[in-house]
Amino acid sequence: MSFTQDQVQKFRADFPILSREVRGKPLIYLDNAATTQKPLAVIDSQARVYKELNANVHRGVHFLSQESTDAYEKSRRKIARHLGVADEAEIIFTRGTTEAINLVSRTWGLANVQAGDRVVVSRMEHHSNFVPWQALAREKGAEFVIWEIEPDFTLSLERLEDILKKGRVKLLAFTGMSNVLGTINPVPEISALAKKHGAQVLVDAAQAMAHLPISLKDWPNVDFVAFSAHKMCGPTGIGVLWAKRKTLEAMPPYQFGGDMILQVGDEVTTWNELPWKFEAGTPNYGDSIAFGTALDYLAEVGMERIHAYETELVHLARQKLLEIDQVKILAPESLALHSGAVSFTTGLVHPHDLATFLDAEGIAIRAGHHCAQPLMRKLNVIATNRASFAFYNTRAEVERFAEVVRAAMEYFG
Amino acid sequence: MSVDRNIHLDALYKDVILDHHRHPRNFGLVEKPAAQVEGYNPLCGDRVDISIALADGKLQDCRFRGEGCSICMASASMMTEELIGKSVPEVQKTIDGFRALLKGEECPLAVEGDLESLVGVRNFPVRIKCALLPWTTLHQAIHKARGEK
Repeated sequence: MSFTQDQVQKFRADFPILSREVRGKPLIYLDNAATTQKPLAVIDSQARVYKELNANVHRGVHFLSQESTDAYEKSRRKIARHLGVADEAEIIFTRGTTEAINLVSRTWGLANVQAGDRVVVSRMEHHSNFVPWQALAREKGAEFVIWEIEPDFTLSLERLEDILKKGRVKLLAFTGMSNVLGTINPVPEISALAKKHGAQVLVDAAQAMAHLPISLKDWPNVDFVAFSAHKMCGPTGIGVLWAKRKTLEAMPPYQFGGDMILQVGDEVTTWNELPWKFEAGTPNYGDSIAFGTALDYLAEVGMERIHAYETELVHLARQKLLEIDQVKILAPESLALHSGAVSFTTGLVHPHDLATFLDAEGIAIRAGHHCAQPLMRKLNVIATNRASFAFYNTRAEVERFAEVVRAAMEYFG
Repeated sequence: MSVDRNIHLDALYKDVILDHHRHPRNFGLVEKPAAQVEGYNPLCGDRVDISIALADGKLQDCRFRGEGCSICMASASMMTEELIGKSVPEVQKTIDGFRALLKGEECPLAVEGDLESLVGVRNFPVRIKCALLPWTTLHQAIHKARGEK
């Protein structure tokens, strides 16, 4: 089930920024893969922390400190529930997806990847799930292997198996959903295959969490999951690393400082229990608490319906764009494998010119390499245009966007 | 619904810019160049390749190739038209002056002709780099040709 346009209008009313004008035109925000807008409930929730219950967590015996600690830990429980995770200590707060991946690379990676081992990433990774592994492999004398994409913009299990069969793959890191192509990768099948060959699996879920209904119960072979609040209607500066308790307990700490310690001796220090072992220093409780509110909001809207509706928008955008001469869409044919974002090229019209033209009409899209230069190289394009959708975008916005793309092609053509 | 002419856009994309974009002048590669340098803007992917020939202390020839937005390509095209035949100190002065002009700094350079059309880029801060890329690349090419660091 999807949403009617009346329902979408009701959602829109929850997002103050959507009533803004940009360059004298109503804002049409189609850069949701970069960051989503925030509903008033989330903005208020964050403000409430500082207005009403601000005090450092896990420290004072005083009333406010207890209140803020409770709110912070309650938010962690909400996240665990949202993910279908029973043990909330497996939810580690980070600054975002990037820090979550770096945490794994700098702790588990340094401790487990040895010279001669192999670390595999897919060709469609964001730099944040590419560079940390490339750097680790170079540091350790391990082999860094790129799992190439297919001409239809998907990943092939056969190609992965060829890599895995050669042995010594310590880690497979890949995205649940491409930020550039909108390709949905079959996480259960991919991770099962990797596990069969003894590899650990990390999923960059920054896009997948924002667009798809996900329960980690369906991902039993995944060892690490990273995602960010700000792509899920939550605040910037907060994200999550999830891993199994056993894995986290075996990992050395990431950063050292307050809150992550148990006892500090003159010579030796012992670490706090999970999850705090990985949360050194005063945590970002203001944003963590607001993230919990964002998940409440998304749960009410419904992730399954969000996925269904956004796929309809993607379908509409593809249809309208393909009516325009010279437009090429970079996405899998099947809508079962494509949602969230539409990347396209426009012949001789450069993405920056197109984006500037759209901007003059109040339409925000992304033009560039989308932090995925290895993918751009493979696709043999310097940059693409990307329109990315959220459940608060209307069909009329998508139609207007396509109409302005057409006008831009005539203008520069 | 339709897309009307947009005054804001027309201030950036002057007809003369679009003309240079569609019909670039001095596009190509100088034969036996004194220097050839590729400029790259990782933010947007603009890529411009500048090759030059120097003779008698002058920029005897300058050609460009590349892939980029209309602002970058038009800027490169206008730059070659403006600077070919000028003495190297004059070229350097014009490059410095043009940079200052786009950055909104005090500029002793009087910009005339087609180049004037690029002044509008000043109002589009994210696009200033696009317009400047050919100029900074030429600057590097001249240094390279003269064996300077």
